Amino acid sequence: MADNYLKLQFYSLPRNQAFARDAVAAFCLELNPSLSALSDVKTAVSEAVTNCTVHAYRGKTGLVTVECEIADDELHIKISDSGKGIPDVNKAVQPFFTSAPSDERSGMGFTIMQTFMDEFKVDSVQGEGTVVYMTKSFKAEVKNA
Amino acid sequence: MVVSGCVSGKVLYISLAGEMDECSAQSARAKCDKLIDDNLGVTKIVINLSEVAFMDSTGIGFLIGRYKKASKLAIPLHVEKPNFAADKILNLSGIYSLIPKEK
Repeated sequence: MADNYLKLQFYSLPRNQAFARDAVAAFCLELNPSLSALSDVKTAVSEAVTNCTVHAYRGKTGLVTVECEIADDELHIKISDSGKGIPDVNKAVQPFFTSAPSDERSGMGFTIMQTFMDEFKVDSVQGEGTVVYMTKSFKAEVKNA
Repeated sequence: MVVSGCVSGKVLYISLAGEMDECSAQSARAKCDKLIDDNLGVTKIVINLSEVAFMDSTGIGFLIGRYKKASKLAIPLHVEKPNFAADKILNLSGIYSLIPKEK
């Protein structure tokens, strides 16, 4: 069983992005994160939630679910939507890939999630939705004697 | 997001303050572009990021958009004073090769 658990569900409105990343950041404070690790988590959550607004539910509003679990000094995050899904996940996670270049999108969202978090996985089914799994470890680093 | 500008010498300094995400970027784009359009006589634009408390990849798209605009006008664009987190994202994206960071 997890040490702590949080579930948030909200509309995919742009103004909820800040709320979602700040809530996850507040939840992981009990792990005594460094400022840098906290900022990594906030950024990764912001990327995943933004994808729900901009891509999954493009042109409409749907529900985004963010679940967080703390277990064994690790933060596990699951962000899911019931939007349109990603046709080709391998292509979507490539740096600079974007399906909406005209909107000034950088195509770096998945790359940032992958780089800033310790574990990252995305499952998507077209027409059903997308789930992003991310883990950040807050274990004290073992110092060399 | 608060966008303010001032011209010193022939340089347009644009300061951004607040959180840069999908939600805040749209109005920041319009304000920034207006500052550029109102100051076409400058020889350089510097975007100051010191008051940007949070930035995700929207910031990369935002800067590339302003870079394209400035390039059409043949005005070089620089950024200065990103915080630690913004610097990490900008480094990862390789954007400093297009938009140099002021020393």
